[in-house]
Amino acid sequence: MGLIWDGLREAVELLSRGDRALYSTAARSLYVSGVATLVSLALGVLAGAFLAFQRFRGRALALAFVNTGMGLPPVVVGLVVAIMLWRSGPLGDLHLIYTVWAMVLAQAVLTFPIVTGFTAAALAAQPPELRLQLLGLGASRWQALWLLLKEARLPLLAAVMAAFGAAVSEVGASMMVGGNIAGETRVLTTAVVLETSRGEFAPAIALSIILLLLVFAVNLVLTGVQLRGR
Amino acid sequence: MLLQTYRLVLPLSAALLLVACGGDGPSATSEPTAVPHKGDIILATTTSTADSGLLDVLLPVFEKRTGWTAKPIAVGSGQAMAMGRNGDADVLLVHSPAAEVQFMTDGFGRERLLVMHNDFILVGPPSDAVGAKSAKTAVDALKAIATKGATFISRGDNSGTHALELTLWKAAAIDPKGKGWYQESGQGMGATLQIADQKSAYTIADRATYLAQKQNLALQVLNDGDKAYFNVYHVITLNKERLSKVNYEGGKAFADFMVSDEAQAIIRTFGADKYGQALFVPDAGKAEADLGVQ
Repeated sequence: MGLIWDGLREAVELLSRGDRALYSTAARSLYVSGVATLVSLALGVLAGAFLAFQRFRGRALALAFVNTGMGLPPVVVGLVVAIMLWRSGPLGDLHLIYTVWAMVLAQAVLTFPIVTGFTAAALAAQPPELRLQLLGLGASRWQALWLLLKEARLPLLAAVMAAFGAAVSEVGASMMVGGNIAGETRVLTTAVVLETSRGEFAPAIALSIILLLLVFAVNLVLTGVQLRGR
Repeated sequence: MLLQTYRLVLPLSAALLLVACGGDGPSATSEPTAVPHKGDIILATTTSTADSGLLDVLLPVFEKRTGWTAKPIAVGSGQAMAMGRNGDADVLLVHSPAAEVQFMTDGFGRERLLVMHNDFILVGPPSDAVGAKSAKTAVDALKAIATKGATFISRGDNSGTHALELTLWKAAAIDPKGKGWYQESGQGMGATLQIADQKSAYTIADRATYLAQKQNLALQVLNDGDKAYFNVYHVITLNKERLSKVNYEGGKAFADFMVSDEAQAIIRTFGADKYGQALFVPDAGKAEADLGVQ
């Protein structure tokens, strides 16, 4: 128990001292997971809309894949992305391995099914007449989609929160494709792993607390937007 | 309605942009480098050099002197050499001599230079029920553990430490695999020491990682000093004829730096202030056969 107090004390100390390494690690976590969430939001909304409105062979199978993907294990994503991005891999010439962009890519892959699944469910939950009505009133398909998405903005915000939460909390993929390089690809989760394996438990606890605060702050903002949008 | 969407997206992207610019702050304000930046190299290395903090001290100096930025990927020696074989790294810093010799024989390496050494130690619970402390040699200590069936935590990850441990079991003519008392952690040295500590078990560790973590561990050094515990680190540059994507120039710069007087002087004193003794002994220019256990 004493350890947790030490960790708390160290967290307060690090935060109040304005520790540069800490703040840049936290900023990197926010940046990597934020960009990954935006990417998967852009692609996932389109894919979700496609799954919700298009009738095609294998649609049930595709939905089952997406729903499975919502629980995609980060280490598996990390391994596959790493194999692709290693110099010996098919995308090796892009020189993305052990950069933040590799981490963004892995987290976007990880969160894409979450956004897709949430979007498909949110759009499917709307009364089907609504879309037909919009189309009947002369809206183009894209205009109709835009209006329907706006109607579904509350569940979509839930999708953003779930995707960001999954991205910022995963460690396996970031470790594999980022390499946990100090000042470059070290994020809060991989820093926790490193400090723990170094036996430095107090900073590990401090970093964990800061990670929780970060996730809480982001969700607080998003929830505020969600409530205002009601 | 449109406004609402903007109200959501704008602050979010603005925050991200701010972070994106702010995130690179520390590197931009660090002191000017003596040499213009040349690029990045990937250094595949063992967990001990990273967990002990040695690289945190060496790499900034390396960058300042040569203009190359080394990205250290801390994995076991086994994985480090696998990365070397695939050309996924530019230079290796490893401690698994038998595997290294094989690596060179197979034509993947170009230079292999002796950098430093320390030693492995057998650590275990202070109670030491099997009497490893009174064992004369490493092999005798392991035999005592096996005979009594005391819990032993193996790295189990093809690291240099794991390779050394397996060599010792072989020398003791014991096959521990599958025995109830023999457990594999599959993790780095730091994590494995903690597991052994929590389970009051025995394990073999490199002295540097043990000393760096000692204040958190009840484990004690029970057996050391045997020549078999010798732990030697080499830097290996890669054969660019065979591995075309490897940055040989940057890798060579790192190898040269590691055996330079400046790096060797840093290694000589590293850890002395914090742990009361240096964690590694610099060995550049010596022949491996001339090294004795301290």
